Amino acid sequence: MSEVQDYKSRLSDPKSRKMGTFSYIPDMDADQIRKQVQYIVDQGWNPAIEHTEPEYGASHYWYMWKLPMFGETDVDRILEEIELCKKANPGNHVRLVGYDNYKQTQGANMVVYKAPLEGEVLERMESAAAVHAYDLVHK
Amino acid sequence: MAKKYEAGVKEYRETYWEPDYTPKESDLLAVFKITPQPGVPREEAAAAVAAESSTGTWTTVWTDLLTDLDYYKGRAYAIEDVPGDDEAFYAFVAYPMGLFEEGSVVNVMTSIVGNVFGFKAVRGLRLEDIRFPLWFVTTNPGPPHGIQVERDKLDKYGRPLLGCTIKPKLGLSAKNYGRACYEGLRGGLDFTKDDENVNSQPFMRWRDRFLFVQEACEKAEAETGERKGHYLNVTAPTVEEMYKRAEFAKEIGARIIMSDYLTLGWAAHTSLSKWCRDNGILLHVHRAMHGVIDRNPNHGINFRVLTKMLRLMGGDHLHSGTVVGKLEGDREATLGWIDIMRDKYIKEDRSRGIFFDQDWGQMPGVIPVASGGIHVWHMPALVSIFGDDSCLQFGGGTLGHPWGNAAGAAANRVAVEACVQARNEGRELEKEGKDILTNAAKHSPELKMAMETWKEIKFEFDTVDKLDVSHK
Repeated sequence: MSEVQDYKSRLSDPKSRKMGTFSYIPDMDADQIRKQVQYIVDQGWNPAIEHTEPEYGASHYWYMWKLPMFGETDVDRILEEIELCKKANPGNHVRLVGYDNYKQTQGANMVVYKAPLEGEVLERMESAAAVHAYDLVHK
Repeated sequence: MAKKYEAGVKEYRETYWEPDYTPKESDLLAVFKITPQPGVPREEAAAAVAAESSTGTWTTVWTDLLTDLDYYKGRAYAIEDVPGDDEAFYAFVAYPMGLFEEGSVVNVMTSIVGNVFGFKAVRGLRLEDIRFPLWFVTTNPGPPHGIQVERDKLDKYGRPLLGCTIKPKLGLSAKNYGRACYEGLRGGLDFTKDDENVNSQPFMRWRDRFLFVQEACEKAEAETGERKGHYLNVTAPTVEEMYKRAEFAKEIGARIIMSDYLTLGWAAHTSLSKWCRDNGILLHVHRAMHGVIDRNPNHGINFRVLTKMLRLMGGDHLHSGTVVGKLEGDREATLGWIDIMRDKYIKEDRSRGIFFDQDWGQMPGVIPVASGGIHVWHMPALVSIFGDDSCLQFGGGTLGHPWGNAAGAAANRVAVEACVQARNEGRELEKEGKDILTNAAKHSPELKMAMETWKEIKFEFDTVDKLDVSHK
């Protein structure tokens, strides 16, 4: 048996933060993302795009990019809209939602672009983590 | 015209066997598998069951004539062969709505599986299915939140949820127990879980456990940025104690609590379920003792009935069996009752052991929980069988990882996400499972290690309680 390995996850390290489904597997390439978009379309779900500053990633509500693309079945159009959102919001995470209006929930929700955690963003996230750590012990 | 009173014993079938009866929408329908005593004709046995589970008793009584028996009696209206069984037969019974108290599963079951199950004229009696009419469904509380609300509260979409029962189930101190939870949660689980018999023993009193586990959840949430929960089992010796523990769980900010609905008692469970909706706390439900009730193919109550009862009384999660793990569970039958937990309308489907159409109206669904003897190698089959609206729980399959709980949790999380990704890409999970996992393990040393550890484990005992269709 190989040697026991440490599990690298730290409250003090913002890079340990996860963001839902697919955040434990490697980032998808363009072709893989296209297949997930196709899946949303094939299910008859309504695609929607959202974005946020990385420090608020855990919030339920990210900013909506325009409105959900009701009835949109053209995968290229959806991918194009993701690019537009990315360009207009540099430094933001971007996620793709598939609204399932029959079940009244989101059938899919995946981050399609992770902004790099660096500079001021990283510092802000580190100080937020310190506050969390303090709360855990002092509440 | 008024009837005359004649004392004495009549054959049940004179009054309770009505093969021409057409069931009403408002009737509660039940199907029993009856193994009669030798020499008792099928119609008589079926009528006896209908009588003894509704208005009848062994002899005629004068007070029968003070009521309109035709309005209140249960009727056996059909009989069918049981495939592969020459002795037993199915009897279908219709019960009129006036027999039951609105919103009381307790009352329905006291009638239908009451004294009749000890009745001498039958050697074995099994309640296979019930059709609850819509009027009855709407008078019950149902799940405190339901699948969609749970997903929204926890912000988790498009994949099965992941859990882990903490082991050893008994004997850990509260602080060590909280440690085991924290490690699993930071590694990527959504939930950890008290075992069914973790209540408030001397080695770990409930209050200490609740506090340490809550800190474990909160730190894992801060660390991963994801919402976490631990099913705090509030099953207790008295209802007052149960509420005390539930109130404390709320006070410290727990997201989810737990009940053993069969041993806690149905009335207490239903009260807890209503409390959960009032207080915004999810309710996980364990089915300890079900094997006593549902495992014998010729006597007792099929689990699909216990499932319907639980959805009516309320619960957000219910253990369903895994199909592939260490515990009993026929695949088609399990698929049948996970539909019963989740769907709005379930059509009769004998291939899955479902005897009646069941309309749930607007009642939310329950998340089926697959738990018991499963590990990463089962993941492709589990995702394929259970789909997204499920909770997959790996106890030993998380805690038994050679590098510990966090690594075990990460292995399971990577595996489930890889399977969902592959499924969405149109790949066949049960055929290509090995390839999908092997590929995912290239980027996850935790998954690679888990796959090496559990490679050879299989559970291939035959099931005892098989669907009758598969007996031949």
